[in-house]
Amino acid sequence: MDSVALSEYLVLSAILFALGVYGFILKRNIITIFMSIELMLNAVNLSFVAFANYWNLLEGQVLVFFVMVVAAAEAAVGLAIIIAVFRTRQTLNVDRVNLLKL
Amino acid sequence: MSPDINLNLWIIPILPLIGAAINGFFGRRFKNGMVSFVTLLFTAASFGYALWAATQVWHGWSVNPSAVYDKALPFNWIVAGDFTAPFGFYLDQLSMVMMLVVTGVGFLIHIYSVGYMAHEGGYYRFFAYLNLFMFFMLTLVLANNYLLMFVGWEGVGLASYLLIGFYFNKDSAANAGKKAFIVNRIGDFAFLLGMFLLIQHFHSLNFSAVFDQVSKLGIDNGWGLLTAIALLLMIGATGKSAQIPLYVWLPDAMEGPTPVSALIHAATMVTAGIYMITRSSAIFSRSPHALMIVAIIGAVTALFAATMGLAQTDIKRVLAYSTVSQLGYMFMACGVAAFSAGIFHLMTHAFFKALLFLGAGSVIHAVGGEQDMRRMGGLRKLTPWTFGVMGIATLAISGIFPLSGFFSKDEILWQAFSSKHGHPILWLIGLITAGMTSFYMFRLFFMTFFGDLRLGNSTGEHAHAAAVSSHHSSTGSHSHDHADDHGHGHGGVHESPWVMLAPLVVLAVLSVVGGWVGIPKAMHGGDNFKEFLSPAIKIAQEIPGTTVAGAESSESGGQELLFAAISIVVALTGIFLAWLLYLKRPELPGRITARVRGLYTLVLNKYYVDESYGALFVKPLLAISTYVLWKGVDQGVIDGTVNGAGSISKGIGGGMRKMQSGNIRSYAAWIAIGGTFAVAYMLWKAVQ
Repeated sequence: MDSVALSEYLVLSAILFALGVYGFILKRNIITIFMSIELMLNAVNLSFVAFANYWNLLEGQVLVFFVMVVAAAEAAVGLAIIIAVFRTRQTLNVDRVNLLKL
Repeated sequence: MSPDINLNLWIIPILPLIGAAINGFFGRRFKNGMVSFVTLLFTAASFGYALWAATQVWHGWSVNPSAVYDKALPFNWIVAGDFTAPFGFYLDQLSMVMMLVVTGVGFLIHIYSVGYMAHEGGYYRFFAYLNLFMFFMLTLVLANNYLLMFVGWEGVGLASYLLIGFYFNKDSAANAGKKAFIVNRIGDFAFLLGMFLLIQHFHSLNFSAVFDQVSKLGIDNGWGLLTAIALLLMIGATGKSAQIPLYVWLPDAMEGPTPVSALIHAATMVTAGIYMITRSSAIFSRSPHALMIVAIIGAVTALFAATMGLAQTDIKRVLAYSTVSQLGYMFMACGVAAFSAGIFHLMTHAFFKALLFLGAGSVIHAVGGEQDMRRMGGLRKLTPWTFGVMGIATLAISGIFPLSGFFSKDEILWQAFSSKHGHPILWLIGLITAGMTSFYMFRLFFMTFFGDLRLGNSTGEHAHAAAVSSHHSSTGSHSHDHADDHGHGHGGVHESPWVMLAPLVVLAVLSVVGGWVGIPKAMHGGDNFKEFLSPAIKIAQEIPGTTVAGAESSESGGQELLFAAISIVVALTGIFLAWLLYLKRPELPGRITARVRGLYTLVLNKYYVDESYGALFVKPLLAISTYVLWKGVDQGVIDGTVNGAGSISKGIGGGMRKMQSGNIRSYAAWIAIGGTFAVAYMLWKAVQ
């Protein structure tokens, strides 16, 4: 059962998180950015469950459910916004969505 | 008078204040007639009420001469610890004399101004200021404590400033107003310090409380507390009463309209210093040193100003220097502890000097705004009434028997000689000044009313005029520029209207009879004025041999008569010289001035006192203000600090602004970088 060490889960989680940051910062497509956020959330979820498993505690698992709920809600709202933006602006490039910028 | 009756003295100053408020706020919309009505109504009401109050207390004084009406309004003005300053009013013989002089002469001058200012702009403004002045002056003389007196003191300074600068679009008038205000401020500063000393040592500024405590103290023969207080108060008085070294503002104050010169700068405000010293007689009479300094300042000012008056050509400036000189007399009287003589001269001077100024105003009015006496002349036939009243006033100021000036001036001279604080040198200076006074006053009189009219003829056939204008043409035109701007442009030389002449006639009568209340015992008079004032003047009785009211006259009556005769002879000599030089042999003054050119130039330029003050005080002060305070402290330190703080914030903000790009992903990058650093730091700590 303990064939995979905790540190390996954490390294994977860190890599996924870094990929998410990378995508969030450098990508211009709003869908990609959205997906990067999901990626970061899930990287964190991975480390939660890894720790929960390691310490034999339930709290980590519970917290993951909360994160998932939040992520689902966020996805619903976020996708709705994206669709609305696309309908009005005909683009998904975030650099063009700067109407409120000073 | 029972001290219980409520005279409501506060009504006296409040009435002119109401007049000032009405005219000041609404006068712009009134017709001139309405403005005159308001101003005369409230001034007359104030005078009437003052007369009524005077009769009320008069009866009481016949029973108990030292009864004093001293009542405060039912609320305190300032309360701080054990110190209180009420809105209290104080009526004794001294403030009664001042009150009646201020309201009476003030009322006459208001009437006169209605005629004099009739064609001027800012008619309502003038009367609002004039009534404001009356309010403050009455507050000054009726206050029952030094602080309220100081309010009036500052207030008359303000009114004086406003009225000197009445023609505010003329540079010289605006500057003269500022000069008067600033020079007075120096004196006021000393007055304040004197009050602080009083508070510190007597815990009160109320006259009755302070003088009660002072009267328990002995004579301050050295340079102790009483001398310090007396000297500080005296410096305050030198500012207001235009004595050396602070007299310089008064001649320039002639920039104001002539009724203002009459009311404020001759009859009332400038006597405030004399009044204050007399009011503080309990303090002054216990400090021989302070008395001596007051006497010396007074005597030197009297002589010094009289010499400056000899060479002036502007009719109002002659009168201005004459005022300084006469105030010097009053100072000298206070300095020899003859306070009642000082107040006596103050009263008679108010009559005849107001008359002289108003007469001069009438002359200026007649000749269409000209103030240079060298261009006047021959007005005797053209303005007979003005000629008559001016003649009376000139005789009165010269001290000719039996006009008012004779009795008061003679009283001062006699006291200067005979008082224990007096000295023959003081008497001699006073006598020389009296001679000069009659000389320059008759010079003015002859140049104005006799000879030929020289209007519009600046060189003139008059030898003196020719001599002076050729030697000093620059000065001549200078003083002409300072003219009162009282041009009317209606017709040639004319007598003034009756509204102006009537006050002159009343004042002329007063100038004649005003002195009769104080005929000395040596002349079989009652010396009533001195007897009347004596309860109000608290001379230290324990000064050995002090001349307390009337004590000296019994044994030395003959000597006093001799002295009176001497002063009349001196006055007549002055008149004779003026007649000789300006009527009989008009070519003489030119020759004399040519002989003593240096001295004459010195006197004509007023000893260069203004220039010296300019070089000694004004220029260094301006230089320090400009280069140290303005450009150094203000621009360097204060602006530097403020601007420095501003530019530092701006610089930091400018740098930080670049982070706030509005681009979400760059924010995320910043968060990522920050997070990375935080993690790196924690790892680094963990490794350690």
